[in-house]
Amino acid sequence: MIFRYLLILIILFPIKAFSLIEVDITRGNLSPLPVAVSPLSVDSESKESFEKLLKKKDIGAEISLIVENNLVKSGLFNPLDKDAFLQNPNIAHLKPRFEDWALIKAQALITGEVTLVDEKLRVEFRLWDVLAGKEMIALAFTTVPTNWRRVGHIITDKVYERLTGEKGYFDTRIIYVAEEGPKTNRIKKLAIMDQDGFNNKYLTLGNELVLTPRFSPTNQMVTYLSYFKNLPRVYLLDIETGIQEVVGDFPGMTFAPRFSPDGKKIIMSFAMDGNSDIYTMDLENRVVERITNHPSIDTSPSYSPDGKYICFNSDRSGYQQIYVSKSNGSNVKRISFGKGLYGTPVWSPRGDLIAFTKLHKGKFYIGVMRTNGKGERLLTENFYQEAPSWSPNGRVLIFYRETKTDSQGKGFSAKLWSIDLTGYNERLVETKTDASDPSWSTLLSN
Amino acid sequence: MIRNVIISSSFHLVVILIAAISLPFLAKTPIDLPPIISIELIQITDKTNIPFAPKAKKIIEKVKKKEKEKLVSKQAPPKIVKKEKPDAVPLPDKKNEKVQKLEKKKQNPKKIDQEVKQVSEFEKKELFDPDNIAALIDKSKEETAETTFKSNKVTQSQDKNIDVMGLSLSEEDALKAQLFGCWSIPLGLPYSENLLVRIKLKLKPDGSVIKYEVLDHARMNKPGQGFYKVLAESALRAIKLCQPLRVPSTGYERWKDLQLNFDARDMLEG
Repeated sequence: MIFRYLLILIILFPIKAFSLIEVDITRGNLSPLPVAVSPLSVDSESKESFEKLLKKKDIGAEISLIVENNLVKSGLFNPLDKDAFLQNPNIAHLKPRFEDWALIKAQALITGEVTLVDEKLRVEFRLWDVLAGKEMIALAFTTVPTNWRRVGHIITDKVYERLTGEKGYFDTRIIYVAEEGPKTNRIKKLAIMDQDGFNNKYLTLGNELVLTPRFSPTNQMVTYLSYFKNLPRVYLLDIETGIQEVVGDFPGMTFAPRFSPDGKKIIMSFAMDGNSDIYTMDLENRVVERITNHPSIDTSPSYSPDGKYICFNSDRSGYQQIYVSKSNGSNVKRISFGKGLYGTPVWSPRGDLIAFTKLHKGKFYIGVMRTNGKGERLLTENFYQEAPSWSPNGRVLIFYRETKTDSQGKGFSAKLWSIDLTGYNERLVETKTDASDPSWSTLLSN
Repeated sequence: MIRNVIISSSFHLVVILIAAISLPFLAKTPIDLPPIISIELIQITDKTNIPFAPKAKKIIEKVKKKEKEKLVSKQAPPKIVKKEKPDAVPLPDKKNEKVQKLEKKKQNPKKIDQEVKQVSEFEKKELFDPDNIAALIDKSKEETAETTFKSNKVTQSQDKNIDVMGLSLSEEDALKAQLFGCWSIPLGLPYSENLLVRIKLKLKPDGSVIKYEVLDHARMNKPGQGFYKVLAESALRAIKLCQPLRVPSTGYERWKDLQLNFDARDMLEG
């Protein structure tokens, strides 16, 4: 008996014990992730129907092209050349041969299928982890066929969210001021478009000057500055109905409007007798509240995403700087202390950063700083640029940039640009005309 | 019946005791080598034990300074002592060279003994200076620190243990460099959160992965921790992309189980 126990003990007796080796990996690769966007497969019957309805030969390829373009623009993904794909799209959607996709260095694969069901567009897509050989997400959308571009954007949002860990910003719109004509006699119209520049529409006729349009978080309304009888006033415009109205009956000039995060209030500047202060107006009961009361110029207010704080710029220190206060105007603190003038502060939807325009030694910068003023980072520098607006996920900024005129007054242009927080992914946003004062909407498909 | 219970419980106790004390010391064969070789190896451990580096550096500097002062003020030749301390971390080849050099020196043990003697005699003198008791009391803290430091020093026999238990600096660097290139960090992660993913691997001798396990697996499905899943997946992709891992060609037993700690905080904050 004892002998047997001893035998068990000897078997169990470890000769050597090794501690587990740990290796810390603290750095990684920031180059764009290689993604294969396979054209969405369409059966021949649906293909014919879509061709008649939408005048598009291959709707599946068109939608995948939208996804591909969005991913490229994000700067985080590298869609691979379709010519290198080895597997047929309709087979890949059912059962991808992961070895084939790994061979072309794809780390993720997007496949899908488009069909016409009861006169409606049905898009099914799957995202695959090529290296793990598993499905990461599978979704299907049904909508009217004319919404096919939005489907492409929604697919990109889902892919982006699944692979980066934060919400996307592709199914969004941008409102801006479309500009035409010579610099001395510009015609300015309110315009709205998809974030990729498609589906451009004008909201005003260009009879009156319009400035600083801002989206409501509910997406139905836009607030902007327009001139009525040569007096600048803040207006509200319902995008769906086209109805517009003046915000409040102020005895002076109102400007720099912006919605509160719940969309129920408008915060703006009101100037009278050379003094400018910040006011809010409740859109339901039209009650006006004074937020700042200082003999200096306080303007460009913006709410924090929780609505508890506001940031604005003021020259109360002698120079234009950025200040943060509680949303009722108490506890005002200056947060910008760098050299130069700071303006147009905008609180990030993530709540962690404030974007601003900075003027220093004759150059304009778009930058970000933390909400306590620390960690200032200048993302881009140019002759003239301003008015940053955040993408809904707080990763990208859109702003406008003007070019210099030559000695004959020619060569002037104003264009929209976007830049991400890394400062490396700067891109021109295509618009039909010159453009300024962009404002990014929240996600349409929340 | 009672007899069986007693036997069973006593054997259980023995097994528990064995597990509690752990057994690597049983495999260890103490080697008697001149102390000077252990000094060579201290530099390596100080560099490899990165978390202790700032503290250790201070102590080393203090000790060096003290030694220098002592050696300058007395007759001991500081240059020779310096020569024996490498400035940089010796690579494995260099290490071998140095060991060879030191082995040569061993042929002349008298000289080494003299040097050591000079220092130790001086130390003795200073420690037992009856005219400077206050200074002795003040130094008590420093002395404790040095003692701790000395106890942290790795002797030749302990170093063998390190060889058995861990990867060398160059082996670790090779593996890190490979994984740095494969890991695409998801840039949208909230950098204020805990972004550490620990993955335990079981490896084949060629470095390919037999089995992997995300240690905080439960966190992947917790509400509000969706980013952790994204991060863990990116780390797993990196491992798969890098296969086979650049592991040492020898000593499979020591690295067949490996833990990789993927930490994205530095990258995302920076």
